[in-house]
Amino acid sequence: MTNQEALYIYLLRLGDNALINGHRLAEWCSRGPFLEEDLAMTNIALDNIGRSQAFLKYAAAIDGKGKTEDDLAYKRGEREFYNHLITELPIGDFAYTVAKQLIMSCFDVLVFTDLSNSKDETIAGIAAKALKESRYHFVHARDWSYRLGKGTEESHRRYQNAIQDLWMYTGELFEMNEVENILLQEGISNNLQEVRSNWINLIMPILQDSSIRIPTVDYMQTGSCKGIHSEHLGHILSDMQYLQRAYPDAKW
Amino acid sequence: MVTTTAHTKERIFELLSTIVDPEIPVVTIAEMGMLRDVIVSYHACEVILTPTYTGCPAMGIIEEDILSVLKENGIENPSVKLVYSPAWTTDWMTDTTKEKLRKFGIAAPTHSYCSNWLKPTDVSVNCPRCNSNHTHIISQFGSTACKALYSCDDCKEPFDYFKCH
Repeated sequence: MTNQEALYIYLLRLGDNALINGHRLAEWCSRGPFLEEDLAMTNIALDNIGRSQAFLKYAAAIDGKGKTEDDLAYKRGEREFYNHLITELPIGDFAYTVAKQLIMSCFDVLVFTDLSNSKDETIAGIAAKALKESRYHFVHARDWSYRLGKGTEESHRRYQNAIQDLWMYTGELFEMNEVENILLQEGISNNLQEVRSNWINLIMPILQDSSIRIPTVDYMQTGSCKGIHSEHLGHILSDMQYLQRAYPDAKW
Repeated sequence: MVTTTAHTKERIFELLSTIVDPEIPVVTIAEMGMLRDVIVSYHACEVILTPTYTGCPAMGIIEEDILSVLKENGIENPSVKLVYSPAWTTDWMTDTTKEKLRKFGIAAPTHSYCSNWLKPTDVSVNCPRCNSNHTHIISQFGSTACKALYSCDDCKEPFDYFKCH
């Protein structure tokens, strides 16, 4: 694998994570538990879709085949997507979405802190911007974590179950394969093993202060770094890509 | 005959200074700090723009506005380039800009940078209507990506707060 091929896959991964997470969050539009929360979820969705556009645009430039960010979003098949499995899981109930957001925003804050010092200037620029946005996402998820965990018996039960169900999807956030190793050597990407210990230090006190039991799981899900996904991604793509598949190159 | 060489960088900045933020029409894109640079060459003109938020839906409209103003004024081959680095910050808004926002009903961040990001609500936000500092946050995410929703405890009016970024 050349450095350029590694960079392309890496950018797809950054872009796909944000795109699929943003797409899922957008499903809360008009279905939030109340108006302000509806706006919060869709604002966070917008930030994600915005950064995905920036990363995929850069990926298309690195690929150098004259594609656009829209080609990459709408014309790739499921096995060519590299988003983490957790992002494609259905939104579930509100507690489930908050749990997903806490896990992902803790990860995003740490990753973008590192990437804002990337030797690749374009990645560093997008990361510096995304970091500021992710900090707001983190605070939002953290505060809801406290409320749900220490709220009613019902909210605690739902939130505890969500954290329990999602925990087995956290392992692959820190997997490093050839792509990450090549780019780490170049000073472009970061060390995900170091991110792992920082992530634990960030999320554990929040879960403890939310009266949430830290799950112990024997098995961690994996596969997305090879483009192997859960059944859910295909359903997302069939919805998201419908228009471009039915009417190729249609424009607004 | 009008040629591109007749347009200096200063002249192009002057033309672009009429373009307002479509979501906050009392301030221009220059006042918001989004208009970073203009690169003029013999047959082309490139405008360097830094988005406030990566997903800001106003960017498309702003790009179109820039291109149409430049084309109307006979500038050949105008283009817009989005640059993310250095990242846009509310620190780039001047005091005059913040005062314009306040008159429009939007409280602007008064502190210089977002040092206390773990507690973004730990700031004193004055009501843009009655200037009271007895205010409270309703939601960190408001009507647009860049604003939070607050409410004044004295005059009882809700208002937008331009988040520190």
